[in-house]
Amino acid sequence: MLQEKLQDVFNEPGCSTNQAKSEKERKKGCSKALKPGAAAGGCAYDGAMIALQPIADAAHLVHGPIACLGNSWDNRGTKSSGSQLYRTGFTTDMSELDIIHGGEKKLYKAIKEIVQQYDPPAVFVYQTCVPAMIGDDIEAVCKFAAKKLGKPVIPVMAPGFVGSKNLGNKLAGETLLDHVIGTVEPEVTTPTDICIVGEYNLAGELWLVKPLLDEIGIRILSCISGDGRYNEVAQAHRARLTMVVCSQALVNVGRKMQERWGIPYFEGSFYGVSDMSDTLRTMARMLVERGADKAIIDRTEGVIAREESRVWRRLEPYKPRFDGKRVLLFTGGVKSWSMVTALEGAGLTIVGTSTKKSTKEDKERIKKMKGEEFHQWDDLKPRDIYRMLRDSEADIMMSGGRSQFIALKAKVPWLDLNQERHTPYAGYDGIVNLCEEIDKTLSNPIWRQVRLAAPWDARPDAKPVGA
Amino acid sequence: MGNIQRFPHSAKAASTNPLKMSQPLGAALAFLGVDRCMPLFHGSQGCTAFGLVLLVRHFREAIPLQTTAMDQVSTILGGYENLEQAVRTIHERNAPALIGVATTGVTETKGEDMAGQYSLFRQRNPALAGLKLVFANTPDFSGGFEDGFSAAVTGIVEEVVQPSDKTVKGQINVLAGCHLSPGDVEELRDIIESFGLSPIFLPDLSLSMSGRQPDDFTATSLGGVTVEQIAAMGASEATLVIGEHMRVAAAALELKTDVRSLFFDRLTGLEASDRLVRTLSELSGRPVPAKLRRQRETLVDGMLDGHFFYSRKRIAVALEPDLLYAVTSFLADMGAEVIAAVSPTQTAVLEKLKAATVMVGDHSDVETLARDADLIVSNSHGRQGAARIGVPLHRMGLPMFDRLGAGLKVHVGYRGTRELLFEIGNLFLSREMDHDEHGHAHGHRHGDGHEHGQHCGSGSCGCSAG
Ligand code: SF4
Repeated sequence: MLQEKLQDVFNEPGCSTNQAKSEKERKKGCSKALKPGAAAGGCAYDGAMIALQPIADAAHLVHGPIACLGNSWDNRGTKSSGSQLYRTGFTTDMSELDIIHGGEKKLYKAIKEIVQQYDPPAVFVYQTCVPAMIGDDIEAVCKFAAKKLGKPVIPVMAPGFVGSKNLGNKLAGETLLDHVIGTVEPEVTTPTDICIVGEYNLAGELWLVKPLLDEIGIRILSCISGDGRYNEVAQAHRARLTMVVCSQALVNVGRKMQERWGIPYFEGSFYGVSDMSDTLRTMARMLVERGADKAIIDRTEGVIAREESRVWRRLEPYKPRFDGKRVLLFTGGVKSWSMVTALEGAGLTIVGTSTKKSTKEDKERIKKMKGEEFHQWDDLKPRDIYRMLRDSEADIMMSGGRSQFIALKAKVPWLDLNQERHTPYAGYDGIVNLCEEIDKTLSNPIWRQVRLAAPWDARPDAKPVGA
Repeated sequence: MGNIQRFPHSAKAASTNPLKMSQPLGAALAFLGVDRCMPLFHGSQGCTAFGLVLLVRHFREAIPLQTTAMDQVSTILGGYENLEQAVRTIHERNAPALIGVATTGVTETKGEDMAGQYSLFRQRNPALAGLKLVFANTPDFSGGFEDGFSAAVTGIVEEVVQPSDKTVKGQINVLAGCHLSPGDVEELRDIIESFGLSPIFLPDLSLSMSGRQPDDFTATSLGGVTVEQIAAMGASEATLVIGEHMRVAAAALELKTDVRSLFFDRLTGLEASDRLVRTLSELSGRPVPAKLRRQRETLVDGMLDGHFFYSRKRIAVALEPDLLYAVTSFLADMGAEVIAAVSPTQTAVLEKLKAATVMVGDHSDVETLARDADLIVSNSHGRQGAARIGVPLHRMGLPMFDRLGAGLKVHVGYRGTRELLFEIGNLFLSREMDHDEHGHAHGHRHGDGHEHGQHCGSGSCGCSAG
């Protein structure tokens, strides 16, 4: 079962990287072979959790020993405007006995307890490595529990060892397609109902976009899965249009919704001024093509014109402050190029970016935009980054939290672009937030102080590190 | 104190908001206290990523941690190839002084024979004979953080420590349990050195995890006890064993070296600190330094000033077992009532706890048991529940991701006890001063009103003056 699913996911026609490969390579899948002793990153279960956990009113139950949930719960910044149940960590915490006798009974009991105590609209049950190895039939338990308890109980078949976080995202998407989307009918539909796929409302980012959509008259029927509600996700098949937040991760959902329900999709981004405007324009145009009132196009242009002029006006004060400042950008996939334009617009110079998670097209696109001299690194070792920063090749590094200490130990400003951050960067206001954060960090007086030598080392010829 | 109820285990099938962290993570922390070490998880890569993020959030430091990256195929066929490749890759890339391997649920479910894999590795890699390798069995599905820590320390003792015919005067070993923060280890070093003794800490987190500024970026741990120092532990005069979970490692050390063990179940509290100081004075044959005498005086004074606010306070504590023991004992010393002590795992130390209810459970159990408590003491994961039931939370243990300086907190010795006493005391004090919001309502909630009334009347909290 899982094998078939994996093949299916690997064979994603909506994924251009995948289609560029030969048949044989495609079979191998999109996860690069990991090098023992030199691998980093989360597992498929992690990826599935990232994609589904933002469904805030559902219970998310992890079937496995304590490792998978115990070390990881409540460590993501995805926000909910209502139910907080998603922040509760549920696990079967399998013990040695469960492993000997099988964990199915305990799993059923756990589901029952959760349903009785919290009465969520649905329970997601995550498969992890150990129960997969001992052969617990999670799908059967979920089916049984759903029938007994009268609630959707959804098996998420993404045990960690099948692959990377990214693969886990995709398997989560498949789970929604198989068990959730299309199971509930909305009370009302409108010609401007959309579904957003792959937006997790980190630091409340969706809330910087939603008011603009409201103003234009576009309704988010369901967002998969930021600030999500189970029933809204289940109604996604009645959307008129799907926006896949481009990252390849959940493109399978967009494509299959088109296949099954004839809903067209496009890939867009909420990061960066021009990307944001493009996204709004595409949404309006495609909705009109599907029969929505033409007036939304004008309203969209009105909002874009106003927001763009507002954002450039608000970015103006940063330009002189950012003059000559160089940024090292380490972020995967699409964010790398949509951020680049936005930051350059505010007067920053981007000296390079990592392209570890980017596709060939991403790379081509960056090359076209930035010229051949622009650095693109596929795999840069921490020590090399450290040296570059220490030798002052950049004034600030922006990356995920994992690499923050490379910058901080080199005494160079650093800004978080990933999951754990607290400031939203999406939409027009998000870009202003981002520039404010960069400015705040760059202009902090600590940088001069921390680079001073200790009194006992201060020699006249000693240059402070990083100065 | 009411009747003591003991529930060995919560009867739930779903652990809700777990307190427990898995064994490999504890092992990783122990390995991180060895200089130039690379901890390696033998399992799938996700476990490593989660463990790494948790430690990074707590210590706010770069954490070296690697994985053998078992995938579906190697999980079925066996993981030796992955293990060998991982060790070789790490050796080539980073040349660490020690590679500490911890198994996980994945490799333990498969039942991989680690002793066999160790010999096989040695056989097949004679060129790497000089590389120190420690293998620890740390299945995710049994025990917890403390057990993993203990397994790793025991593994290091067995692999690295050498017996010695000579004894180095003044050299003593300290087996420092995971309930000691890097700050605690630093404090302990100060105390021990003030007697002219030279301690070897295993592990020594004070050097590796308290915030270093490297000259270059290293992929391994930076600072900590060196492999050479560990090897020399056989020449020490005595071993101070701190914490119940260090007993196994202590036994292994004694067996190997004949160095005698002195056991300390806790170092928080006046009497506990007295015992340590008396022992050190005897070991060194030196009088107690003036600094420690002054610290003792101020602790005694602090206890007198603070006891008003602790007396009969109802407190729920949820921490790793040995820290749980240290903290509940200290609170009982101060006259507080520990209404619930919740441990993530079952261990012998739970038998010694002075608490109305002792339970192996999770944060949701704490939430239930602490409904009419005056305070919860737990890690940062306790914050959601504490907020829901409106009880203040004093953060201790790991992970503590919403406070700065988590690793540098000190709660051992006279000075550390005093700091803990003031921190918790101030939480009570600020509540009592805040009459309108919490104070009176609070007294009423207990139905006897004596706590609040008494304190206010006596003027000890300063409110009658204001
Ligand atoms: S790799 Fe497997 S055992 Fe490890 S966290 Fe992921 S699902 Fe859990």
